[in-house]
Formats: sequence, C-alpha cells, structure tokens
Amino acid sequence: MAAVTEDVKLTDELTRFIGEWQGKPGNLIMILHKVQEEYGYIPRPVAIQISKELDVPLAKMYGVITFYHFFKLKKPGKNKISVCLGTACYLKGGEDLINELENLLGVGVNTVTEDGLFSVEAVRCVGCCGLAPVLTVNGEVYGKLKKAQLPEIIAKYRNN
Amino acid sequence: MAKLTLNDLNKMREAPKRAPDIRVLVCGGTACESSRSDQIFENLKAECKACGIGEKVQVIKTGCFGFCEKGPIVKTLPDESFYVEVKPEDAKEIVEKHLKGGQQVERLLYKGEGSKTITSVEDIPFYKKQMRVVLRNCGVINPEDINEYIDNGGYKALSKVLFEISPDQVIEELKKSGIRGRGGAGFPTWMKWNFSKGVEDSPKYIVCNADEGDPGAYMDRSTLEGDPHSVLEAMTIAGRTIGANSGFIYIRAEYPLAIHRLEVAIGQSRALGLMGKDILGSGFDFDIELRLGAGAFVCGEETALLASVQGQRGMPKPRPPFPAVKGLWAKPTVINNVETWASIPEIIMKGGEWFAGIGTEKSKGTKVFALTGKISNSGLVEVPMGTTLREIVYEIGGGCPNGKKFKAVQTGGPSGGVITADYLDTPIDYEHLQQLGSIMGSGGMIVMDEDDCMVDIAKFYLGFTVDESCGKCAPCRIGGRHLLNYLNKISDGKATTEDIAKLREISGAMQRASLCALGQTAPNPVISTLKYFEKEYLAHIHDHTCPAGKCKRLIQYSINAEKCIGCSMCARRCPANCITQTVDTSKKKPPYAIDSQACLKCGECFTACKFGAVARK
Repeated sequence: MAAVTEDVKLTDELTRFIGEWQGKPGNLIMILHKVQEEYGYIPRPVAIQISKELDVPLAKMYGVITFYHFFKLKKPGKNKISVCLGTACYLKGGEDLINELENLLGVGVNTVTEDGLFSVEAVRCVGCCGLAPVLTVNGEVYGKLKKAQLPEIIAKYRNN
Repeated sequence: MAKLTLNDLNKMREAPKRAPDIRVLVCGGTACESSRSDQIFENLKAECKACGIGEKVQVIKTGCFGFCEKGPIVKTLPDESFYVEVKPEDAKEIVEKHLKGGQQVERLLYKGEGSKTITSVEDIPFYKKQMRVVLRNCGVINPEDINEYIDNGGYKALSKVLFEISPDQVIEELKKSGIRGRGGAGFPTWMKWNFSKGVEDSPKYIVCNADEGDPGAYMDRSTLEGDPHSVLEAMTIAGRTIGANSGFIYIRAEYPLAIHRLEVAIGQSRALGLMGKDILGSGFDFDIELRLGAGAFVCGEETALLASVQGQRGMPKPRPPFPAVKGLWAKPTVINNVETWASIPEIIMKGGEWFAGIGTEKSKGTKVFALTGKISNSGLVEVPMGTTLREIVYEIGGGCPNGKKFKAVQTGGPSGGVITADYLDTPIDYEHLQQLGSIMGSGGMIVMDEDDCMVDIAKFYLGFTVDESCGKCAPCRIGGRHLLNYLNKISDGKATTEDIAKLREISGAMQRASLCALGQTAPNPVISTLKYFEKEYLAHIHDHTCPAGKCKRLIQYSINAEKCIGCSMCARRCPANCITQTVDTSKKKPPYAIDSQACLKCGECFTACKFGAVARK
C-alpha cells in the first residue's frame, strides 16, 4: 500500500468537535459518528489524520470501525435507500422490496449505482414496525409499501 | 432561566395555570411523523389562528400514542375525541367543524367492530385492557417542554429522594415493589442498586441501556421520544442512592428523534438546575451525557455496552465481576434499561406496595410490548404482568388480518422462541414464558400466521445472530454458523433426519458454552420451533415441501391449461422470460406453460393471473 503521510484538512465542524471531545475518555466512537455525519462515510485519509490527532493507533481505530455496522468505509450513493429487515418488515415482505430494488436499479445490497445516485442497504429495524414493510430514503420513511410503489419513489429522487 | 430550589419547584407546580379550553394532541412519534404528522400539527395551528380560536386552543405535539396501525393520530381534550389516519388536509375540517363548531368529524373517528364509530378513547378495544405506567406521559404531554412534565408530577420523586427519604429507603421501596430488569433477564433491580451502593469505591456511574437492538421492538424508542424526563429523573435518583455523580445514556444512532428529544430534555433540566451542580439546592451533583451506539446487537449485553461507552469494540466479558462492582472504567456501575428507569419515579411516588399490587406472584408491575407482524392492530401495548397472550393478540391486537389463521407469536426476538395457539391462555410473566421455551426479552411480540414458515423464521433469526456475533467465543461464532448451514439445507430440501439431531446437539452446546447471553440464547428460535413445529421441519426433509409456501427452493409453479385463457399476463410479468405459449392448435389462444428449470420462483405470475390458472405447490 502506498504510504499516505500527507495531512488532510478536516472540516471546520469536525475540527471543532474533536477539540471539544479531545481528552474525554471513550471519545473515539463519538468522533467517528461525527466523521460519518460530515463525509457520509469514513474516508481513510481522515481516519489517518484523526489517529494522529487522538494518538490512537490506526489499527485500533479500524478495529472499532469495522466492528460496528453503522460505520461505512465506502462512499454511499447520493440517495441512500435503507430497507428495513427487522422481523415485522421481513414477515411482511421486506426482502421482496430489496429484490425489486435490485431489478430497478441493477445493484444489490451495499452497492452504489454507476451514476452514484443511489445505494441500497438492508438495515435492522428502524422502529416503525406498525408501518411494515418500511424503507427510508435519506432518512425519510416510506411505510406500508408495495413493490409497485418503488419506481415512483426512485423517480422522485432521480429527478431531484 | 434561573436555577430552581426545592421551594421554587413546588411553587411552580402549585401556581394556578390558565388552562386552555381545548387541547389538541398530535402524535409526534417516529411512525406518525413519517406519515406527515408534523404537517398536521402546523396546519392545525394555522387553521386555529385563521378561525380566530388560537387563544382558546392549544395544539401540542406529543410522544407515541401506541396505536401505530392507525396513525397519524390526533386527540382532542377534554372531550377525548380520537381521530385516526389523519391527513394534513383534514386539519381545516377538524378546526372548523369540531374545535369551532363543536361537532366531531365523524369520518375520522376510530371505527370499531362492524364499522361502528367510537366517539371516545376509553371505548376503543385497543386501549381497554391496557394499563399505562411506563407510558404514562406518552401521548399526554409535550416531551420537549419540561414544564409539562413538572405539571404532571415530574421531578416530585427526585425531590422526595433528595430531601425526604434516605438512600436505604429508596432501595427498600424498590425491594418492596419487586421490580425486575425490563431488558430481558429480569434481575431484581434493588439488588443491582444495593450491590453498587455497598461497594467502597469512587467514582460510581449510572448507565441507561437504550440500545434497543431486537428487530421488531420499539418500546424504548417510544418511551424516550414521548417522555425523556422520566428516564433522566430516575437516573438522578439512582445516582443519589448509590453515590454516583455522572450518568450515560447509550442510545442507538438509528434513533435520531429520540436523541434529539433527549438532548432537548437534558438542556432544559440543566437550565432549571434539575441536573448539574447542587440540584435543587440539595448539595448533590449529577449530570448525564449521551453516547451513541453504532449498530451492534451485542452491545445490548451489559459488559459489551460498557466497552462501547468506553469507545472500544463492543465485546462482552465474563462475569463476575458484575458491572455493579466493576463496570465502566472498572468502577461500580448501575445499568438498567429504559423501561426499568421509566417505572422508577412512579414507584417512588406511589410506593413499592402499589407496584407490587400489579402483576403476578414473581413478576410485578406492567410490561410494554411492541405488538407487530401479522396483527390487525399493531402498536405499543402496556399491560399488567399476568395478562394472557390471548388477551393481547385478540382483544387488544384484534387477531390476524385478512381472515388468516393465527400460527404463533414470537417473544424475546432473536433470543426468544415461539408460542403456539395451544398456549395462548398462558399468563405472561418471566417464569411462564421461560417454561414455554421463550423469554420475556425486551418486549418484542411478533405475530405469525399460516403463511409463515417456521424453518424460515428460525433461519431469519439465526441469520441475524450469526451476523451480530462478536466472534469472541467459539461456541457462538462457529455454532451459530453451523446451525444456519443446517437450516439452509433444510429449507433447500437437501437435509436428512440426522440433521435435526445435529441442530439439537449444536444448540445445546451453544447454550452451555457461550460466553454471553447472545450466544447462549441464539439457538432458542431453533429449539422452540423444533419443539412445536417438528412436523414442518420433517415436511421439508421427507416430502420436500414447504407447508407454508415460503421456502423458494421447494415451491413449484405451474399453469393449469384448462383454466388458462392465454391472455399472456403472466408471460409479460415474468422476469426470467420462462413462460411461453404452447402450441395447441385446438385453441384460438393456446395456454401458457412455465419452464420450471428456468423459473426463479418469484411468484410474479401467481399474483398476475386473474383467473387462478397459476398453481403454487
């Protein structure tokens, strides 16, 4: 692997946040959350920079990042579709939604479409079980869904 | 805002308030908000203003009403009208006809059996058998306004603990109440507190487990969204009792609304001096911070959770030492789940004996369940312990929709098991559920009907636990994977009877040898489905059929040439292009046929055919 030693510039918000949390015990996960909030994922150069600033070995950081499903190492699509596969949604056809999205977008779970517009992921329970089956696009919840409604939802975001 | 003393707080509570003539409560829980309840809220306010009744009517956004099936919900007080499935454009009619004109909007009222309109909340069957202790303020107060919590008796329990009773009396009260941890295992809460109190070490910590990972459960989320102060108050009470000055709430990052409401609540508590230094002038300091989870189910296990709060990989540790003695940063830590915390202020105010009067011999108080799956009225349900499953599934839940037959109910999520129709009259408490091979768990209750395959359900849960195993101990890491492989073999129709024996053997090993509850309970869905539905497993093995028609590899689709009218609907919908027209010269439009080798078993043709010509076996 190429030796990346160049310092990257962190966003101002992130720098401020690190300043606020530096020295607090157990701060790593909170800082990683902030990184993901700022960049949509955890870019490697940023991880390297933070490892230096917090004086936490990079290996340890990646140990934590890869342990938790929430942290992403790949850049998601512009529109993030999360299909709920909690038990209620699974029983009511959450998997069919994933299959249909694959048909419509041509990409499976945890992949980004070629144009970078969409990515699909399966998530565990968004806590709207009364509305099962559910998916969210960029955090917006669509409930009591039928497969036939998906093209319309995708079109709404494609043209945005 | 100035910091309050005890006197100020009491005065504030007693001060006469000019109550609005009408209160309109709009559900602001996650499910209702996703159905645009925030727009309903804005529209109601605007319409009231436009009608000139803005002064008389107070519109507030509350936490979850629990009746998620019928959301968004709008309730009016004092007349208790209960409007369901409200849309933003309905606001005008509600304001003009009801709030101004005094006439209920009948078309929006909840319709009971036989489409009979129900005009008042108390007559709705969904609520009749419920008893709200934990959810006492959800759907009642505005969770983003500390004054409403205080007016509703909030922070009285804290005042009592700070100024009137001793820490020992608090523990005595908890002991009398008989409350047991609502996170799953049911450990007596007073004992945890007492252990930590007795350890001579400092600092000590208080932790709230809000890492609700059970897929299909959302009690904790709704409690935090609807009544965040009850948890803050209870944690402060615990701090005073055991001698801790700081607390952490470990909450799932997937719950943005709950996080927001907690942040607002913490800010308001600090501003009023109900959190921070010298609370209410008592000399006691206590502060709470949030820590976000990051999507690891194992972090619901207390030692794993504590590792995660410390910013590490969430891996469990062998116990003892228990967290009550060596927890966060190896210091004494009391860790309870959201529901347990939310019950505590009520126990302090109403007394342990009151709480112990609710429930069964060994399980006291109420329990909140998230009733979901194949059920007519899905939602959050709080009932006294000892209520039967039948009451919950049929009287509250309204049974399975679409005339389907009830098959089983799963409690305890991936750590629990299924309970069949034969046991529906079992009173729900920790002991009875365990006897049936399930557990109380955090409170997920998922109803399944005749279309659900039990092998598939076991596969679903095992898939989950395999994915969520932290990998530290071999029985869980390897055993889970093997269980899943055998289940896949069964659902593919490739298994033998010996594989069932293997399932049982591995399950037993995992139960005995896994390090934490995740691995110990992961085989439960397998064991319990095998216990009650072994026939279904055997049908997959011997007859290569899936009785529920769910396991794709075992389904065959075919077209009945007699019934087929040759409309081509199925062929046009088939994604595999494996349906073609036969060459039958005797018919003008020859019937279609499926090439079963190329068939993906997606079922598109089955749903497309309007003539019942596609058969599924």
